[in-house]
Amino acid sequence: MLQFYLNDQLVRPTHRAGSTLLDYIRYQQHLTGTKIGCREGDCGACTVLVGELRPDASGQPVVRYQSMTSCLTPLGNAHGRHIVTVEGISQPAAALTPVQQAIVAEGGTQCGFCTPGFVMSLTGHCLGGAATPEDARASIDGNICRCTGYKSLERAADRLTAQLLERDAAPARLQWLVQQGFVPAYFERMPERLAELRAATVADVAARTGGQLEADAARYLLGGGTDLLVQRADEVLAAEVQLLYGQQERCFIREEADGRLTLGAATTVEDLRASELLQSRFPRLRRHLKLVSSTPIRNMATVAGNFVNASPIGDLTIFFLALDAELTLQNAAGQARRLPLRELYRGYKQLNRQPDEQLVAISFRPPTAEEVFNFEKVSKRTHLDIASVNSAARLRVLHGVIQDAHLSAGGVGPTPLYLRRTSEWLAGQPLTPATLRAANELAQQEISPISDARGTSEYKRLLLRQLLYAHFLEHFPQQLTLQELV
Amino acid sequence: MHNLDAAGHVRGESQYLDDIPVQRGTLHAAVFGSPLAHGVLDGLSLQAARRAPGVVRILTAEDIPGENQIGGIVPDEPLLAEGHVHFQGQPVALVLAETEAQARAAVQLIEADITPLPVITDPRVAQAQGELIVPPRTFRLGDPATAWADCAHVIEGTADSGGQEHLYIETQGAYAYPTDGGGVRVHSSTQGPTAVQRHTARVLGTGMHKVEVDVVRLGGGFGGKEDQATTWGALAALAAYVLKKPVKLVLPRHDDLRMTGKRHPYSSDFKLGLSADLQLLAYEVTFYQNAGAAADLSPAVLERTLFHACNTYFIPNVRATAYSCRTNLPPNTAFRGFGGPQGMFVIESAIAQAAEQLGVPAYEIQRRNLLQDGQVFPYGQRVEACNAGLSWQTAEQKFDLAGWQAEVDAFNARNATKKRGLAVMPICFGISFTKTAMNQARALVHIYTDGSVGISTGAVEMGQGVNTKMIQVAARTLGINASRVRLEATNTTRVANTSPSAASATADLNGKAVEMACRELRTRLLRHAAEDLQMNYEGLDIHDEQVLAAGTPAETNWEKLVSTAYWKRVSLTENAHYATPDLWFDASQEKGHPFAYHVYGTAVVQATVDAVRGTYDVDAVRLVHDFGQSFTPGIDRGQIEGGLVQGLGWMTMEELIYNADGRLLSNALSTYKVPDLYSVPAVLDVEFLETPGHPNAILRAKAVGEPPLMYGLGGYFAIRNAVRAFRPDVRPAFSAPITPEKVLTSLYAPAGVSAAAPAAQHAPTAAS
Repeated sequence: MLQFYLNDQLVRPTHRAGSTLLDYIRYQQHLTGTKIGCREGDCGACTVLVGELRPDASGQPVVRYQSMTSCLTPLGNAHGRHIVTVEGISQPAAALTPVQQAIVAEGGTQCGFCTPGFVMSLTGHCLGGAATPEDARASIDGNICRCTGYKSLERAADRLTAQLLERDAAPARLQWLVQQGFVPAYFERMPERLAELRAATVADVAARTGGQLEADAARYLLGGGTDLLVQRADEVLAAEVQLLYGQQERCFIREEADGRLTLGAATTVEDLRASELLQSRFPRLRRHLKLVSSTPIRNMATVAGNFVNASPIGDLTIFFLALDAELTLQNAAGQARRLPLRELYRGYKQLNRQPDEQLVAISFRPPTAEEVFNFEKVSKRTHLDIASVNSAARLRVLHGVIQDAHLSAGGVGPTPLYLRRTSEWLAGQPLTPATLRAANELAQQEISPISDARGTSEYKRLLLRQLLYAHFLEHFPQQLTLQELV
Repeated sequence: MHNLDAAGHVRGESQYLDDIPVQRGTLHAAVFGSPLAHGVLDGLSLQAARRAPGVVRILTAEDIPGENQIGGIVPDEPLLAEGHVHFQGQPVALVLAETEAQARAAVQLIEADITPLPVITDPRVAQAQGELIVPPRTFRLGDPATAWADCAHVIEGTADSGGQEHLYIETQGAYAYPTDGGGVRVHSSTQGPTAVQRHTARVLGTGMHKVEVDVVRLGGGFGGKEDQATTWGALAALAAYVLKKPVKLVLPRHDDLRMTGKRHPYSSDFKLGLSADLQLLAYEVTFYQNAGAAADLSPAVLERTLFHACNTYFIPNVRATAYSCRTNLPPNTAFRGFGGPQGMFVIESAIAQAAEQLGVPAYEIQRRNLLQDGQVFPYGQRVEACNAGLSWQTAEQKFDLAGWQAEVDAFNARNATKKRGLAVMPICFGISFTKTAMNQARALVHIYTDGSVGISTGAVEMGQGVNTKMIQVAARTLGINASRVRLEATNTTRVANTSPSAASATADLNGKAVEMACRELRTRLLRHAAEDLQMNYEGLDIHDEQVLAAGTPAETNWEKLVSTAYWKRVSLTENAHYATPDLWFDASQEKGHPFAYHVYGTAVVQATVDAVRGTYDVDAVRLVHDFGQSFTPGIDRGQIEGGLVQGLGWMTMEELIYNADGRLLSNALSTYKVPDLYSVPAVLDVEFLETPGHPNAILRAKAVGEPPLMYGLGGYFAIRNAVRAFRPDVRPAFSAPITPEKVLTSLYAPAGVSAAAPAAQHAPTAAS
């Protein structure tokens, strides 16, 4: 049975696991502070906090709260967790929390419709975020406001940053937050309550699988919901689903004995971004992944979801194509096979995958000290947007000669592309403008962009050229200039 | 003081349409919109949808008891399509089902039998074919035809600006149910409750007195719910009326995006004449407004384009002609600025082109031609209390324009892959509905016996803070605490025949009515006090809830005063009517005095372009704005910041793309992008220009809703200047929005060739 805490209440909804948390909150529970703006994770008006029991650094169980858009959160993903809406943080009577006070004081609300979403994102930030202006602002990067122009909300976020420095000096973080009124006192009981809930539901496979014991009977495999619930919400609502989000055996990032890195398929984008191991191998990782959607969506979206969604423009797919990632697919009988990511795509949204196969792990060799890695993405809006063209590059250049190049490109064909011919040709070429111009000539032959809402085909061709050049300009500014290239 | 609604907003307790608890038996509605943009509607297949689970009824034009007509200015728009369809998404049928999901699922089963007709999406094509919503209009001043001969320079060109989706975060919706006596009550997310009432009555074939429209607040409007909320209000009311059941209709975002009209795209031709010393001598402009498939508010929007064709400049010889062109897009409608920004974009483009051709900074031309007192607008109104020069000079000095430009030049000299551009954007915006009759408002004020006060007006709260302003006006006028005053929902039974909350004039019009009503009540109460306490009426005052006699506390306070007045049978209710004085306009001459006053300001905008990727940042906007005597500076600053960012969005990333079939391609938030937190300028300085305000402005605080949007135009020209810093030989076409695609295409345009508007590369797909 599906069970979770909704604010201060244990609830046991009987609705389908693939229905949305948003509808349950608003229309079953009449908690109307959570608003509907777009139902595709692009506005953040429905943002809630999702708390999950985790051991902290010292091994104590704590609840980690992350912001998520409830419009794309399958109800089943709430199982065993603590869902917090604006009603669940508000103090009695007319008292305001420090987050609410900051927004009011800075004029950060006008029509008010998006406001509960901002309140929840900032509250989540106060519960677990770093006391820096950058982190405070990042916490609201998935919230769209059409009235204020954001400056007042930035000021509100800055006010909170000053207060959070005190939090970090306090001996007990959660206790301090409760004392200061950021969250009500019941939050202190949540670790215990969730532990009890976990004990009571640990064997409840049916809930995990959306009411189905046989995994292969499920019509949809649901991860974070950030794609399926955008594309096919009505179908998923009516279908049997298998839930994969947050499953421990699929959420890991580890280094193997041979130096390769392995990711569980349900690892989220934010898990990647937060991983110190990955950051050590990709110094620009946080900047690169900041270009991928928004904080709440990164909290939900899984690596495998990005791959199997097969969007020609999937950011992570492009990222890992340049790294020559290898996938582990497992069928219903438990048999596994390995498949290079570069061989996953057969055509537009067509996968080299059997119906009963699931992607369980991703493995790749990280860049060495001799190599550089770069990710480029251009979209109409720099953040929380889908790329017009994106591209990644893994390069090894020694003594002015390109030893090895692996280039990928999205948005320029029916599938995410590994630019095989261009990459192969580059190996052994001198790092010169002439080489890069010639590489671009080859790349232009490998791509077949179409005109759509993200740009004309001519633009995408020009942009791909520029992004190819950008990889080299970013890492070899001493050897190359833009003016020599164009 | 803070926005008084803010506490409810941050607690998630403020009530919007979809939050109203539904009554037992409520049916949910979904709209079947035309799949084609133009054609003969030969029939509808409804059988499958009727059999779908939960479906109760499907309504079509045949079910309308009254007149199938919701056109506001021109009666050219049916509520439900009949005979023909004129745009994709035009409502054809309304499905009523037990749940929203069932209603939506059933809509998928409806098929329309439509014989296609040619689709027009380009306003110039429509004009060439004589497809005009109303006859063209021309504003004239002087005689440009003879003035060209005196011009040292004559500049000719074309400028296009795209549409803009309102993207109120709360979509359109209504909740309607039958009331006692055969009426219907409609909760509507509308800026114009009276419009919903009037058209619903017409559709139902009943009197306006039987249709009650109630509006608590909107989750954003921006003009999008001025006229276009009527469709959904009338549809919900129709279903409630016919089925005798409560009916809820809230548009899913995708329906809202494809079914509702937006800011009008314009395509325009200009010719600008200058003297040798950069005086603007003559200006001819022709505007082609893309009105969409029905009039909606297009004629009024068109008129405001003409009013603002010269922005804040004096040009002695002007001929401005505008065509409202009928195309097969959703009927375009009001959007903050209401045609004004589109007019201003053209004159600013003409000045930019002149500057480039003459090799001078555009701000040299702008600065030399600012309006001055005693001059005349092309529509005949004299320029009075003009702050164009003051705001410019203040900005120039405070922001050290010369030094700033030098810094930008130095940056550009140092950097090969990043280039900066600076632009100045002065504005002048007229305040009033240009339809003179609409400049009226009423307020109903009740003082209850406990001293609390309830106020009803025609103003709709949609985030602009009008509730707070009304409460402030009442509290100040009565001499009491704001906490005693409540602003009621806007309801057509309490205040009738209202003008929509629009034209930046809501606080002025309704505030003046509130002020008048409260002043009358105050006078009445003080006369009662004088009599009751046997004091001299002269010199009596109420301040901070205390009655003062010649400045010293008398033996009564607000609560006692109210209570004793009641027992003496003094009326504690007042209804006041306000009509803005001295307004008139003679459309036969296109001359008059249409505006109560004008608002001025000057913004300086800096942008940086990444010449590798074609991306850009608007780094800084520093502006001086003429607030008059602001009494809610926090709210007014918020209007400036929000309006500016909305204007920047229109000029940069917000790109509406329709294909040749009239289908909206940017039909979701994943393809239509509005500014997010990271895309707003890192620096946004708002300087309050100290001016006396205007007696027609409420408490001398000038209207602030629309004017700041036009500062956003500066973003376009700053980015364009940055592009030209990288490619001085390229003159990008004047085509807004200036998307990263257009920037990159210009940065790498073939040498010596003016870049074609990349919008045209979408052609014939792009409507702009």
